[in-house]
Amino acid sequence: MSDNKHNIQPDLIRLLFVDDEKDFVEVIAKRLSKKGFGVTKAFSGPEALQAMRKADFDVVILDLKMEEMDGIEILKILGKMAPGLPVIMLTGHGSEASAREGAKCGAMEYLTKPCDFEELVGKIKQVLKR
Amino acid sequence: MNQENRLKDPYYKSLTRKMLFIVIAVSFAPLIMVSGIILNRFSVSYNEKLNAHLGELVLKHKQNIDGFLLEKLNTIRFMAKSFTVEDLNNENFLRNNLAALQTEYGSVFEDLGVINEKGIQVTYAGPFKLENASYSDAEWFRKAINSDYFISDVFLGLRGIPHFIITVRQKSNGKPWILRATISFVAFNSLVENLRIGKTGFAFILNNKGEFQSKPSFEVVHGKSYSFYESIKTGRKTKDGIFFSEMADDSGKEILYVASLIKNGDWILIYQQDKSDAFSDLTHAKQIALLIILTGGMVIIVTAFLLSKRMVARIAQADGEKDLMNQQVIETGKLASLGELAAGIAHEINNPVAIMVEEAGWVRDLMEDEQFSSKENKDEFERALAQIKTQGKRCREITRKLLSFARKTDTCIEDVRINEVINDVISFCAQRAKYSNVIIKSKLQENLPVIRLSNTEIQQVLLNLMNNALDSLEKRGGNITLTSWLEGDEVVISVADNGPGIPRANLARIFDPFFTTKPVGKGTGLGLSICYGIVKKMGGEIDVRSVVDAGTTFYLRLPSRRND
Repeated sequence: MSDNKHNIQPDLIRLLFVDDEKDFVEVIAKRLSKKGFGVTKAFSGPEALQAMRKADFDVVILDLKMEEMDGIEILKILGKMAPGLPVIMLTGHGSEASAREGAKCGAMEYLTKPCDFEELVGKIKQVLKR
Repeated sequence: MNQENRLKDPYYKSLTRKMLFIVIAVSFAPLIMVSGIILNRFSVSYNEKLNAHLGELVLKHKQNIDGFLLEKLNTIRFMAKSFTVEDLNNENFLRNNLAALQTEYGSVFEDLGVINEKGIQVTYAGPFKLENASYSDAEWFRKAINSDYFISDVFLGLRGIPHFIITVRQKSNGKPWILRATISFVAFNSLVENLRIGKTGFAFILNNKGEFQSKPSFEVVHGKSYSFYESIKTGRKTKDGIFFSEMADDSGKEILYVASLIKNGDWILIYQQDKSDAFSDLTHAKQIALLIILTGGMVIIVTAFLLSKRMVARIAQADGEKDLMNQQVIETGKLASLGELAAGIAHEINNPVAIMVEEAGWVRDLMEDEQFSSKENKDEFERALAQIKTQGKRCREITRKLLSFARKTDTCIEDVRINEVINDVISFCAQRAKYSNVIIKSKLQENLPVIRLSNTEIQQVLLNLMNNALDSLEKRGGNITLTSWLEGDEVVISVADNGPGIPRANLARIFDPFFTTKPVGKGTGLGLSICYGIVKKMGGEIDVRSVVDAGTTFYLRLPSRRND
């Protein structure tokens, strides 16, 4: 089930998935786990930061708009906590403006919701190559 | 509301009336005031000048008449003193002297006579047979014999012809005698007769009993009466002794009288003239002024009427344009609100759709581990899951376009790929085109350079052009073709339809604000003017070509490299 196309072993990739939409996080986490990724779920900014303190991650997938703490705010803190950590922004707005905003704060890629799962997996592998 | 109906509104009718009233009042007030003041001053001045002139005239004639009488009296006095009564009693001598007087004074002296103390004319030189005529009972004789000199009133006497006499009394051997001269009435009357002014001005002389001493040229309305004489003397008197008065006749006609006492107050010289005749020049001037005021007034009223109508029409037009602008603002506001609503909805829908699509994907992932007894069922599962994914993508596209459209109008300048914007606009209009039987085609040149401009604004322009094209094809359907290509440094976009076209007369005005050929309420006439403004702001050009019954094409030229 692991994808060895690019000589990357997905079961070694640790993902932190941050989104306040619980149902979405659950199903994506299940799919990613089946693909061999290790997925830690966080449903808010504080939860995500707590998870960051407890463990290391290879990629963070972060929703832009969350109620408790904005994605941009979390992005800035992540940048200080773990500089160079690849972050993929997930946004429901789909505007280049929000992508630019994220890029300024350190996000490497962005995807619009609802995103293509294969595209998401592709982006994860892409950011790891850099 | 069209212009015609707007002008029928009570508000605009009232505004027209008020404006008309104000313009007329403001124009008439100074006209009447100035005219009134000038006319009044002119009247007063004219009155004064006229009275002064007439007074001077009457005074001059008074002096002439008094001078005449004095001169004739002095002549007789000289004769009486210079010659003895015996000389004068010689008829030839008297006749020669009369001839000498007539040579000198013309026909003024009619005759000469010497009268004794008994009133008998003992010597006579003249045309009548009055030798030895007796004047003992004549009133004039009684006055003359008791005065050094005497000038009588005009009377008929023994000769039966109007005349008056001058007498000088002398004494000889203690007995009085009188040298008498008869003055020609005609000669005397001519002094008064030549005082004529205007059509009705003339003069005459009355004695202190109100009896005529001269022959008036016209009828004297008030007749000869003592009361008239007294009335004249009660008039306004100047320091030169001139009397001014006015009296009305029975018909109400006002008559001017200017008078002066002559012959030491025994007689009065009266000048009479109809007031209307005396002031005819002033009356004429007033009539001209009135005509000018009336004519000017008519012009003011007509001009005020036209001016107020036109101004109110312009105000109504401006109000109409303001209403259209407000309508446009409200519609824009509504659109913005709708946009925000759409954005909110789109954003909210994204999450459930994402979950649905991912759950379908998860089912698909799990299916990979399952062994299906029925291949048909497995195929059907896969088909259904694929369908969920497809419809999820479709939802994503719809929300993406909604969000794109609902983005607040900002002038954020960015690199824009024009073909993407064109395709977005085509998508927006696809539904409407379908229901209007309009086919939208595009011929977009690939790899066009980016243009630095506001995505939202160029989208707005293209959307407007598309909507206009769809409006023109609404009834019968047709084709709209969007084309893009590069010409030098400019990216050119054309929006062409095969609709009814735009008449030549309207083409020149197509970008004018508020110009519209759509029915009332269907368009504000601002769409193309806004487009024009936006394109100009971008440094581009917008143009139109149209042929009636063939179609219309709009061209946008946008600079591909632009430094802000």
